[in-house]
Amino acid sequence: MRTGLGGGGVAPRATRLPSRCVTSVFPDLEPLLPRVSKPVQYVGGELNAQVADEDEWDATPVRWALMYPDAYEVGLPNQGIMILYEVLNERPDALAERCYAVWPDLEALMREHRVPAFTVDGHRPVGDFDVLGVSFSTELGYTNLLTTLDLAGIPLHTVDRDETHPVVLMGGHAAFNPEPMADFVDVVALGDGEEVVGDITDVVAAWKAEGGPGGRRELLLRLAGTDGCYVPGLYDVTYDADGAIAAVEPADPRVPRSVQKRTTRDLDDWPYPKAPLVPLAETVHERASVEIFRGCTRGCRFCQAGMITRPVRERSLEGIGAMVDSAVRASGFDEVGLLSLSSADHSEIAEITKGLADRYEGSNTSLSLPSTRVDAFNIDLANEISRNGRRSGLTFAPEGGSERIRRVINKMVSEEDLIRTVSEAFAQGWRQVKLYFMCGLPTEEDEDVLEIAGMAHRVIKAGRAASGHNDVRCTISIGGFVPKPHTPFQWAPQAHPDVVDERLRKLREAVNSDRRLGRNIGMRYHDGKPSLIEGLLARGDRRVGRVVERVWREGGRFDGWSEHFSFERWTGAAEAELGPLGVSLDWFTTRERERDEVLPWDHLDSGLERDWLWDDWQEALAGGEQDDCRWTPCFDCGVCPSTGQDIQVGPTGTQLLPLTVANPVGGNRFGSA
Amino acid sequence: MARVRPGEAANPAPPTVQRIRLRFAKRGRLRFLSHRDIARAFERAVRRAGVPVSHSHGFSPHPRLSWIGAAPTGTASEAEYLEIGLTREVDPAVLVDALDRALPSGLDVLEAVVASPPALADRIDATRWAIELPGVAEADLRAAVDALLAEESVVIERVTPSGRKQIDVRKALVSATVVTASNGPGLVSGAAAVAGCAILTVVVRQTTPAVRPDDVLGALDVVAGLTPPVPARATRMAQGLLDDSGHLADPLGSDRVTAQI
Ligand code: SF4
Repeated sequence: MRTGLGGGGVAPRATRLPSRCVTSVFPDLEPLLPRVSKPVQYVGGELNAQVADEDEWDATPVRWALMYPDAYEVGLPNQGIMILYEVLNERPDALAERCYAVWPDLEALMREHRVPAFTVDGHRPVGDFDVLGVSFSTELGYTNLLTTLDLAGIPLHTVDRDETHPVVLMGGHAAFNPEPMADFVDVVALGDGEEVVGDITDVVAAWKAEGGPGGRRELLLRLAGTDGCYVPGLYDVTYDADGAIAAVEPADPRVPRSVQKRTTRDLDDWPYPKAPLVPLAETVHERASVEIFRGCTRGCRFCQAGMITRPVRERSLEGIGAMVDSAVRASGFDEVGLLSLSSADHSEIAEITKGLADRYEGSNTSLSLPSTRVDAFNIDLANEISRNGRRSGLTFAPEGGSERIRRVINKMVSEEDLIRTVSEAFAQGWRQVKLYFMCGLPTEEDEDVLEIAGMAHRVIKAGRAASGHNDVRCTISIGGFVPKPHTPFQWAPQAHPDVVDERLRKLREAVNSDRRLGRNIGMRYHDGKPSLIEGLLARGDRRVGRVVERVWREGGRFDGWSEHFSFERWTGAAEAELGPLGVSLDWFTTRERERDEVLPWDHLDSGLERDWLWDDWQEALAGGEQDDCRWTPCFDCGVCPSTGQDIQVGPTGTQLLPLTVANPVGGNRFGSA
Repeated sequence: MARVRPGEAANPAPPTVQRIRLRFAKRGRLRFLSHRDIARAFERAVRRAGVPVSHSHGFSPHPRLSWIGAAPTGTASEAEYLEIGLTREVDPAVLVDALDRALPSGLDVLEAVVASPPALADRIDATRWAIELPGVAEADLRAAVDALLAEESVVIERVTPSGRKQIDVRKALVSATVVTASNGPGLVSGAAAVAGCAILTVVVRQTTPAVRPDDVLGALDVVAGLTPPVPARATRMAQGLLDDSGHLADPLGSDRVTAQI
């Protein structure tokens, strides 16, 4: 059906015959590769990658291009893309190929030589797929989607697309406020992706089989009626004189008023990825990752991921054991990452780590728990994790420097606990501790941040005392806080970058005020400006889309990379585009919202009760704490009743099988040791 | 359990009992792999295939894979070599097959022999390259090559991460011949068979820094102003010891075991 031309952009399809639409563009791309940096990232061919041949392509009703809108080295390890890639490719009626953002050096050559945006698997033009699914973990990838659309010859604006263009679908955590991207994406998938991609495939397949009745609008209407799918173009937004939203109304009677997120019920039913992609190029995470549970009810008030992925659903011990086994064998990775938002919180984490350490004893396979909490962490666990491999430093995230600010953000960690844990670690031979903090938190004063210095000093002192020598290190890593939708802080004013930068300057002084301790403390932080733009995109409404487009037209790319990010480009574009509408960058970021203001994402239902979020925001201002509902009674956040899914924690009474095998990492053609 | 001395790993690695030398190819789009990329791919393949590879000592043990002068990123090769230390004796033919299956297609293990003296490094002092030049007329290439061979010394400059380096291409050049596409090796891609694609075969002596195909083209530009309209595609066809007649002696010797594929 796709024989038409793409509008706008480089319109690469203008010169190609319809019958050649799905052929690889690799012959055109290849001569460009010796001229760009790290060409290996564009060639595909990774272990466990899947490429459909021409016959399969022709015979498959629904073809997906899955995009991670950042560089290959960041995008390849992304679990969301890897899971959906396998889930879709297992379906007989679907196929999926991957694409990533291309760096500006290749982008320029592609424009010059009229090579369209391509997938790395089959090097097929992105514009020839039925669905382009993009997963946004961060808002700073928005401009990169515009580059891909343009290079693919897909009109930037949804209103300019027709039946010959792919459905542009947005998912990932940023999808919980997709409004700044409303002009550019056709459909938004809210929540867990495993099941909704199947439902979307069914809808697209049926519509195509019927000959595409009603054109693109009918397809979008059908998708709008699919659980978890939001079609921004089918809603009208009106504004009040003060700049706030007056109302968000469905533009068609078939469209629901509010869209509820999808929730995958049983992770054990979805053991993906089974065969992780093994990159040829170097990437940010070189490991086999297994998600051990989803959701978090710790209730850290700044944490959007924790809020929007509730309720907690654990994978069983048996499920984890089988997934790790399959991933290690299929990949050859020598590190296994046990992923979740707070991995040490799994009800059977001790059994998991001990079982895996036993299984991989002597095989040079290491375990990692990428996110841990001081109070959920104990040294036995740390020692178990390091038993078969590298002993990197221990990482803790107290997030706030003072006891007071930690109550505000509901990160209930006492400094005593931290010092006790750290001392024990240093006593057992660990040499390095990393501490993560945020700056610019609601109600924060200089003193709250300066207390980080005192904490770091005490960590060094305790470390020296426990280890009996002076050679201990503490690294403090600080990020700027960005208020996010669907959290109690969605109403909070964001701190201005000048305030954040000044506090961090004072903190550095305080850290170095005692040279003897300060020289063992490293400090890492980025300037606060990108956080302000992230804040604009995170809590912006549809009007912010014009800013995104202007920044992109002026050359904005890879905004998550400091060497590409231009604050001036963003502030200039915000002034030019928002000023005439009576709003501003400050209005969207540093302004505190009122209780009754219509928020751009109010019609998107994450399961959390708005009233509960507001009460928790008030609780935060009063410094009140909120316990975890896994161990204390339900505090009625609303997620369980609204998703129809209770929290799901073990122990499950299952076992981590297989317990022992001759060679737990590879083949057995060479006998056993 | 034996006492662990300070600085030694808690679990001492088993000793190496056998060393095997492998020849492998890097082909097609995988020619864009850097040496580091290839090393990582082999380390993982060795694990997946269950090869009883020996490991270095220490807290982060590494598999013992020793490499010999890798072909530059972007060039293909039919003749890359590596040596693997093993903790148990294995059949080289089984190793070739198992490792080849565990590697992505395009990194292809071709043959293996049990190592014997002299060392691999002492068995290689020159490389033969085939350089495909799409869009370059054969006559122009012949003229440029003749001009280059007529010189005693042709120095080009290469910008490296550690600064500018002067490289005498002519000195390292043992021979250079031009063949037409129809009777050339045509290994890099099917495009080689396309008319108008001249192929240059050169043998270069191993020098420090090594003379790469790009440097040879640089020298042709210096002596004859030859600039290919599209990037050339180079394939390392062989490595070995240069004999008096200008041939390369096979570094794996005669008792090889080849893949049965
Ligand atoms: S509804 Fe209750 S039990 Fe469920 S996540 Fe919220 S607080 Fe926890």
